[in-house]
Amino acid sequence: MTALTVSIYRYNPETDKKPYMQDIEVDVPEGKDLMVLDVLHLAKEKDPALTYRRSCREGVCGSDGMNISGKNGLACITPLSEAKKGNKLVLRPLPGLPVVRDLVVDMSLFYKQYEKIKPYLQNDTPAPAIERLQSPEDRAKLDGLYECILCACCSTSCPSFWWNPDKFVGPAGLLQAWRFLADSRDTATAERLADLDDPFSVFRCRGIMNCVNVCPKGLNPTRAIGHIRSMLLTQSA
Amino acid sequence: MVKSVTNLSRSGLSDWLWQRVSAVIIAAYAVFIVGVLLANPDMDYASWQALFQTTWVQIFSFLAVLAIVGHAWIGLWTVATDYMKPLAVRFIFLAILGVTLFTYLIVAGRAIWGA
Repeated sequence: MTALTVSIYRYNPETDKKPYMQDIEVDVPEGKDLMVLDVLHLAKEKDPALTYRRSCREGVCGSDGMNISGKNGLACITPLSEAKKGNKLVLRPLPGLPVVRDLVVDMSLFYKQYEKIKPYLQNDTPAPAIERLQSPEDRAKLDGLYECILCACCSTSCPSFWWNPDKFVGPAGLLQAWRFLADSRDTATAERLADLDDPFSVFRCRGIMNCVNVCPKGLNPTRAIGHIRSMLLTQSA
Repeated sequence: MVKSVTNLSRSGLSDWLWQRVSAVIIAAYAVFIVGVLLANPDMDYASWQALFQTTWVQIFSFLAVLAIVGHAWIGLWTVATDYMKPLAVRFIFLAILGVTLFTYLIVAGRAIWGA
């Protein structure tokens, strides 16, 4: 067993005037690499009031997005060996969203932006008897887009989203906007583009690629945003 | 669709395009002016004035000024909408910026075509 200091952001709006960092000492077993989520469980054994979201514990549900030693990521698939600095692990909630309690943030603004891009297939042609077919080539265009789990690691690492979370769609929403623009079965392309052609929704992206840097699924929202820009340009040139 | 009344062109796409086009114009003009100065180390007032009497240099110079004005408005409008949240503060900043850029345009026009 080796001792590890876990410094955790604590805030209970019912009792605390303001947030503070709490150091919790945990014993980490030697000879195996724990995930950050396992370390959080150890810390919760010391202080059962510690609050965080988690569910699938294998990087599929996107519940445990948090700021791990300065970088957003999923606690369940981030190895302690990569996350700790020296003998210390620093855990904070996702930046830029209101904190509900400890590591739990209010994701309403994030979901509102997702809702704005109409994340569902729109097709006004009569539905075929069985299903709308797609060629393997057209299907391949959705690779790298549909895998998003909406953990919010990207959007909450984006300064443009921090300053204008009510106006800028953010990398997660824009990745999905492109997912439906690129879909051969979707016929609402013109309406989708018209909704994005303002100075905030897409164009507040300054291309700093924080989103690409943190995405736990290895996706590339900056590239998707580039595709949306090109599509806007070719449709209106 | 987010509504905005103070950005340059009302359209995010046009602003984005003009910011890039104006950057190319400003860069080309900078290369031109620096090139002229490097190629003529013994440049005097008379030859400098003669250079600016040629029509294409006047057009290029004024185009560069227009590019700077547009580029500055788009860039600083973006900074202002990011960091200045109280509407009054942002409005005053944008008003000062607008007057400054307009003045710049007039002064530059007079310098290029004036006596």
